Amino acid sequence: MARYGMAIDTTKCVGCMDCVVACKTENNVPEGLNRDWIQTIVNGEFPNLTMEIRSERCNHCTNAPCVNCCPTGASHYDGGGIVLVHHDLCTGCKACIASCPYDARFINPEGYADKCTFCVHRVEEGKDPACISVCPTYCMTFGDLDDPNSEISKLVKSRNNHTVLPEAGTSPNIYYLIGGNNA
Amino acid sequence: MLEITNTRMNHLIDPSLHIWGWEIPVYLFAGGMVAGMMLILGFFFFKGREKEVDCVCTNLPLLSIIILSLGMFALFLDLEYKLHVFRFYTTFIITSPMSWGSWILILVYPVLAVSLLLRLPKFVSKLIPKLEQYSNKLKSNRKLVKSVGILNMVLGASLGIYTGVLLSTFQARPLWNSPILALLFLVSGLSVSAAFVHMIAKSVYERELLAKADNAFLVTELFVIFLFIIGMVTSTKIHQDAIALFLGGQYTAVFWIFVVLMGIIIPLIIQSLAISHKIKHTPLAPIFVIIGGLILRFVIVSAGQYSSWY
Amino acid sequence: MNSISRRRFLKIGAATAGVAATAGALSKFTQQAVKISSSVPEKGVYTIPTYCDLCFWKCNAIATVKDGKLWKIEGNPIDPMSKGRLCPRGTGGIGSYYDPDRLRKPLMRKNNRGQEEWVEVTWDEAFTFIADKMNKIKSEYGPEAVALFSHGIGGNFFKHLMKAYGTPNLAAPSFAQCRGPRDAGFRLTFGEDVGSPERTDIENSKFLVLIGSHLGENMHNTQVQEFATAIERGTKLLVVDPRHSVAASKADWWFPIKPGTDIALILAWINVIVNEELYDKVYIDKYAIGLDKLKKTVSNNTPEWAYPITGIKAELIRETAREMARYKPATLIHPGRHVTWYGDDSQRSRAIAILNALMGSWGRKGGFFSPVSMDIASYPYPEFPHSEKGKVDNPDKKYPFAHETITTGIREATISGKPYPVKGWFVYATNLIFTLPNEDETIKAIQNLDLMVVVETQPSEITGWADVVLPEATYLERYDDINVEFFKEPFISIRQPVLEPAFETKPGWWMAKKLSEKLGLEKYFPWNNIEEYLDTRLKNSGYSLEQLKKAGLIKGDKQPIYFEEGVTPEFPTPSGKIELYSEQLAAYGLDPVPRYRKHEEPPPGYYRLLFGRSPVHSFGRTQSNPILFDMMKENEVWINKFIADKLELKSGDYVILVNQDGVRSNKVKVKATERIRQDCVYIVHGFGHTSKGFVRSRGLGASDNQLVTKYKIDPIMGGTAQHLNFVTIERAA
Repeated sequence: MARYGMAIDTTKCVGCMDCVVACKTENNVPEGLNRDWIQTIVNGEFPNLTMEIRSERCNHCTNAPCVNCCPTGASHYDGGGIVLVHHDLCTGCKACIASCPYDARFINPEGYADKCTFCVHRVEEGKDPACISVCPTYCMTFGDLDDPNSEISKLVKSRNNHTVLPEAGTSPNIYYLIGGNNA
Repeated sequence: MLEITNTRMNHLIDPSLHIWGWEIPVYLFAGGMVAGMMLILGFFFFKGREKEVDCVCTNLPLLSIIILSLGMFALFLDLEYKLHVFRFYTTFIITSPMSWGSWILILVYPVLAVSLLLRLPKFVSKLIPKLEQYSNKLKSNRKLVKSVGILNMVLGASLGIYTGVLLSTFQARPLWNSPILALLFLVSGLSVSAAFVHMIAKSVYERELLAKADNAFLVTELFVIFLFIIGMVTSTKIHQDAIALFLGGQYTAVFWIFVVLMGIIIPLIIQSLAISHKIKHTPLAPIFVIIGGLILRFVIVSAGQYSSWY
Repeated sequence: MNSISRRRFLKIGAATAGVAATAGALSKFTQQAVKISSSVPEKGVYTIPTYCDLCFWKCNAIATVKDGKLWKIEGNPIDPMSKGRLCPRGTGGIGSYYDPDRLRKPLMRKNNRGQEEWVEVTWDEAFTFIADKMNKIKSEYGPEAVALFSHGIGGNFFKHLMKAYGTPNLAAPSFAQCRGPRDAGFRLTFGEDVGSPERTDIENSKFLVLIGSHLGENMHNTQVQEFATAIERGTKLLVVDPRHSVAASKADWWFPIKPGTDIALILAWINVIVNEELYDKVYIDKYAIGLDKLKKTVSNNTPEWAYPITGIKAELIRETAREMARYKPATLIHPGRHVTWYGDDSQRSRAIAILNALMGSWGRKGGFFSPVSMDIASYPYPEFPHSEKGKVDNPDKKYPFAHETITTGIREATISGKPYPVKGWFVYATNLIFTLPNEDETIKAIQNLDLMVVVETQPSEITGWADVVLPEATYLERYDDINVEFFKEPFISIRQPVLEPAFETKPGWWMAKKLSEKLGLEKYFPWNNIEEYLDTRLKNSGYSLEQLKKAGLIKGDKQPIYFEEGVTPEFPTPSGKIELYSEQLAAYGLDPVPRYRKHEEPPPGYYRLLFGRSPVHSFGRTQSNPILFDMMKENEVWINKFIADKLELKSGDYVILVNQDGVRSNKVKVKATERIRQDCVYIVHGFGHTSKGFVRSRGLGASDNQLVTKYKIDPIMGGTAQHLNFVTIERAA
């Protein structure tokens, strides 16, 4: 069973939002709403500063609270662990939105809960998600975390990395690569 | 010093979550109140008070149906895809409190309907005289009345706890993420319903009983609030930040003045004086309790959405 | 019941029935767009290659149309510049097509200039009006009295028209307001300039120095891609910037230098490198002259001397000078792009050029490559008329090393009438109000004109000052000239229409040709249409339009791009060598070796206004693009956290910036941050629009250019330095 995820190299990411724009056009995401975004964390005081730039989106958690709390089964794990929403089952109750510690979801103006799909329509064609395919810094890698020979597994194994809010217990599947090797 | 910036500016999500407006607090309030009323009603049925002429159980089932329906209508208004409302009932999701709640709500209605039959209000029997026959038949079966009482209490408790559990399972919102919240909503539902029933009851016995009960619930509620806060304060940094919203943060004034002082302490004092016959019973205290209970839901729903992991 | 009230009824009906609100305040941007005619097949997905126009980089792209609607645009994988990946603006390029503010019809001014009140006219009426005025100007003042301001390749046909008309006054703000000093500084040193796209070999550099260059925020696609590759490869990175830029966050060294003192730092580096003989001796011996004079001139510019000036510790300067030298010749001191800062910018650029020369990086892998291109025949046009008067912008070679036309020189002449009057301006795709410093002078010049024509796709401040506005089709709806690129690999590429022009918009080539007919200059436009023009050029070069249209770009044979690969080292300076000491400058009484001169500092309570770029916007040209607008609606003013606390301001508060001349900005959001020095503030350029044509973006954010009332002219090449303005901060009411 595949477990799809992403590894995003924060040392290369410049936070240009190309991923956000690409998602917007690829998926026709309505104005004022975004399925991915840039989070910047600055630590320290002038002039001793460190900054981490992260391209963030739904973490397609292995233990997804949005799937657990959905009263109609609209939110579900699809192939490869990708968390998706059946539009025709969704009542727009917003429980899933409240349940997500990453605030990755929103209500599509058509009434259903919406979020990153890992561009499953592209993945099915063997392509990378749109955000990855445009990234001018080549900082993102998509793949199967359960396959030890996949590029992403190798990156996660060899590089220092972290996930976002692992303490929320959701088992997120997006890994942020940081400086240094995991020797 | 951390400086966090986020480019996401999603409607209803940023800068802090505000997906739920007035509808959910109203729904939770109605649910909690009906839960309490069912517990009271069930207790009276269990005790055989339905035989008393002035028992408030004449009014409670119908009022419960009305209030609950209003609450559910508020919930319906909150749905973003209203045509899909039936989807709640095409499945049962064991991990989803909201799914549990939907089914509990559906079960509540027949029990309230049967309860209504047990003590038919006059205008109903006038409207449909035939019902009187059924009603009498049912009432004569003491075991059945007792069972209905128990059922009311069980479902009432379930409903009350559910309204709290609904929020407390959202781990993503630290302020809600306390099991004590379920208890708080249950007790608050009880205090609100006791106050309400106390207000509308005609029987002196029931009035006194419910005033006493309400005082007990209010004292319990104070204790539960204390536990809730202590639980948060002694928990993780995330939870400490969340409860700080009530301890100096932006919800401090509304919480302590309207929920605690106006909604609990003042009515507690008034009712204690009334019980010891130092002053007369007035609707003032129960009204305060009811408003306090409503504000509690608004505060918790709003502050909970404001609290986050970041 | 008419359609509007019926729709209203449905909306109300839907709300009361409690039906899911599908069309709320948030409608899809594509639904907002107007209905657009097209010859695209109604069903299915089809793609067309073209090159991007969101900036001047001209990345090759592939547009996808799905079921008759423009869906997306992606990089062309065979493109050596984009490598199949566009920048955020390019990816959001379809928004320029869906832009709700687009100009739709030719417009003529109704009342006074600048009032933005228009009469819609036909193309023929517009052209007749323009041609009459141009003929009148020609007969009264001569053809030189018309000037063209143009930006981007789309202006080629207007340049051609103007040359045919007989004026030599063709200028772009990209010279005097942007990269001019850099190119002058490098020309004086190496005899060649850095070019665009820059000949920087960032991906192969082993030590990269960025002085004020904010790659990553500034999204010159290839450079950012190579920058990311360099980071991955472990290139040592040194960033000199008063602001903790994105690049600074990735740097091994960040020097938060005091603004205006960069030359002191560079001279100190040169001092260490020369004194410790860390330079590339073989390279310098062979190719350079003036080392001794350089050494002598910088002998006092020690790191200890530079420390109190720059705020950068002497040992750090010394350490980094040695580190730089360790990686030579793959040490690249990036020349920057927008370098018009303090008025001695050509000298700073020369200092950077000298430092690069000492590293031996010019012409070397990891330094500056030698760009290559394909030979494409020009169209066989008749000879242009000769101008007797010559150019108007730089009388008596006041700025001796201005190798391009100075926009502000034309403006000056338009105001003064000297050396001769300028009576007509043609403006193509450049918002002069946002570009030229001191907006009042620009407006004063415009008021002196008999004719002011603006060609644009979307409204801007400059369209508001036009007599005639000609609405151009966007890059997705038109052909432009062939792009013959100078880059690491030789290639040519095509811009071709993905869809038919919307509304009554027309491509620039069509406008130029039609105008030529009205002006009696038909002989300069002998082709019937653009396809014929393009095909002729391509056929004469051994290719065909059909071939180029299909692939989007055609590559030439690989050629050497480094000295070590066989490129012949040539330095077209007067001496034929790299001039560390410039006799050319000495001859004009200018510093032959750059010297540090102190610049004015902000008085107490004032902060130096710095400005730069956002990755999601190009200049002031994309704020009405609905996709990019959605990414960033307004700019923020970066204020050091300590200063913000002192002023009792927090992030998100709105303030007004007031400059030394009392000019007040629009209200702008505060970003209180540790990421900037205390003596300066920073905003992203291109916001604070005032044009009525911008329905949503007008009034959002502050315009840096509005606050740039003070500027200094570079004596070497006439560039206008803009980082000289000081602002105070007032809380917005």
